[in-house]
Amino acid sequence: MKEKLYQYLLMLGDNSMILGHRLSELCGHGPSLETDIALTNHSLDLFGQVRSYFQYAAEVKGGEATEDSVAFLRYERDYLNTILVEQPNTDFAHVIGRQFLFDAYHLPLLEQLMESNDETIAAIAAKSIKESRYHLRFSSSWVKRLGDGTDESHQKMQAAINHLFPFIHELFRETPIEKEMKELGIGADLSLIKERFDEKIKEVFAEATLEIPQIPSRQVNGKIGIHTEQMGFILAELQYMQRAYPNMTW
Amino acid sequence: MANQGLPIWEVFIRSKNGLEHRHVGSLHAADAEMALENARDVYTRREEGVSLWVVESKHITASNPEHQGELFEPAQDKVYRHPTFYKLPDELEHM
Amino acid sequence: MNTQDLEKKFQDRIDAGEKIEPKDWMPEKYRKTHIRQISQHAHSEIVGMLPEGNWISRAPSLRRKVALLAKVQDEGGHGLYLYSAAETLGISRDELFNQLHTGKAKYSSIFNYPALTWADIGAIGWLVDGAAIINQVMLTRTSFGPYARAMVRICKEESFHQRQGYEILLTLCNGTEVQKAMAQDALNRWWWPSLMMFGPRDEESPNTAQSVKWKIKRKTNDELRQQFVDNTIPQAEILGITVPDPDLKWNEERGHYDFGAIDWSEFWNVVKGNGPCNKERLAARNAAWDNGAWVREAALAHSEKQAKREELKQAI
Repeated sequence: MKEKLYQYLLMLGDNSMILGHRLSELCGHGPSLETDIALTNHSLDLFGQVRSYFQYAAEVKGGEATEDSVAFLRYERDYLNTILVEQPNTDFAHVIGRQFLFDAYHLPLLEQLMESNDETIAAIAAKSIKESRYHLRFSSSWVKRLGDGTDESHQKMQAAINHLFPFIHELFRETPIEKEMKELGIGADLSLIKERFDEKIKEVFAEATLEIPQIPSRQVNGKIGIHTEQMGFILAELQYMQRAYPNMTW
Repeated sequence: MANQGLPIWEVFIRSKNGLEHRHVGSLHAADAEMALENARDVYTRREEGVSLWVVESKHITASNPEHQGELFEPAQDKVYRHPTFYKLPDELEHM
Repeated sequence: MNTQDLEKKFQDRIDAGEKIEPKDWMPEKYRKTHIRQISQHAHSEIVGMLPEGNWISRAPSLRRKVALLAKVQDEGGHGLYLYSAAETLGISRDELFNQLHTGKAKYSSIFNYPALTWADIGAIGWLVDGAAIINQVMLTRTSFGPYARAMVRICKEESFHQRQGYEILLTLCNGTEVQKAMAQDALNRWWWPSLMMFGPRDEESPNTAQSVKWKIKRKTNDELRQQFVDNTIPQAEILGITVPDPDLKWNEERGHYDFGAIDWSEFWNVVKGNGPCNKERLAARNAAWDNGAWVREAALAHSEKQAKREELKQAI
């Protein structure tokens, strides 16, 4: 049970960490100073969540584990984030699209986790939910701006959504660990999240004049540690210092 | 269109309930929603506020510094508007 | 009033410690000098995001990562405050960006040096922010109101930046031999460029007199540089690393440290665009701006559409 709780915490924390990492790559390169600062705020919120989840994960794991050993010292197959969040910052439409799809999933997830039987998870969710509410507000408003902006922005936004949409199904496909956590009242019921997600997508896309893609889902399994070719490069940077200079304090 | 920059907005923050909104700076945004979100992200990163106003700069009418004399100096000799103008006996401690 | 009288009255106001506000009459040269200086300062903030930003994805711990992210973000914010202050003088941010992107405007040359190791992140915070803050504290009392107000805000926010850098180095210096060597190497590379941040020697700084008169400057380049050296040497001693200057020694009589000659040919060469990273820094800023063009256009187009829809609604 401890091991499964640990795995579940990794799933939660890894999504925030890899998305936070992607956003942090944009710091200093945003389309305007204001959006640059805003996206870094998102990244900081996500890394704050990561620290909470991984401090708890380290406690659950016991021994010498720390938030940093959990974050940096796993093999690629042991990272359990979804494939959606590791998608690259192809352009601003992809950044916003990825953020919006994740936020639309993340907010109802946190709403459920606030009611978790596990007090620590409930407390982390209660804190994170305020951040997530703002993120969804921000990304929704940008999806509308880009979708219903110029012809060029509309095309770019639709293209980004078409690229990202096949990855959303994984968010709602229940793994054995998620099933067990749901049954123990610790984790969320993904089917309930899906309803809220679909509503939100419908509402925002309508205003944004975007089409909901009818594209088959991709066969991806990030939640059990099978990633895209992107992931190795993400980890090469993320783990660089810890791997190049092992066992040192920073 | 590329040369047409995003409009400037002025940002006002109420630092806590009970205090007035104060001007803190400006930023660029295309619309009011974006201005409000940008103001939140740029100007309240350190818990600076509990309420925000944004107003597009072009909607502010400012007095002309050259009219400072006629606008503000006539108030200088209206000393009777201040409590110290009125002479009261010393034994009256509070009024 | 003729220009001479206006200038006299203007100078009297500054001498009396009054602030100048954007709509006040001001000599054209005062306006131009301020646009130049404030925008250079703003450009330095946003170009300064790049060498450190380079290390965000590789920060060695979660704690260091969030601190660095917040710091680099602050620099973006500081650039924004400063562009806003410059804009009150009647020039647009887009025009200022254009000056930066075309190489017409300058920014602090220090950011044309590469951040090569994690210790460089420590050194930048300690030395570069340490040097900047000396200048910035002085500028909180400058005569131009919007600039002074931006500096007050910036100084308040900057207070953690130098500590962040120093703590990184302190951890390295208390760490393994490899870490300590990394710290020493960073100090070796960043020391002289940091001293150059204060600008040319006083005798080669023709604008200083005018800047002092307008209270843009209250101390000369050499005075500020001396203050920086005096502040920094004891901090290096605590770290246990050595400043790469064989001529450095305490001068009891002056009550200051004496230090060796700065290689000004290097300084001017970097200013002229031949530093290790000038091209990369400008390319990165240009790319961010160019790649963002369609986003800014879309935001404007969307807001116009919204406004039209609103009008239609009102009409019905």
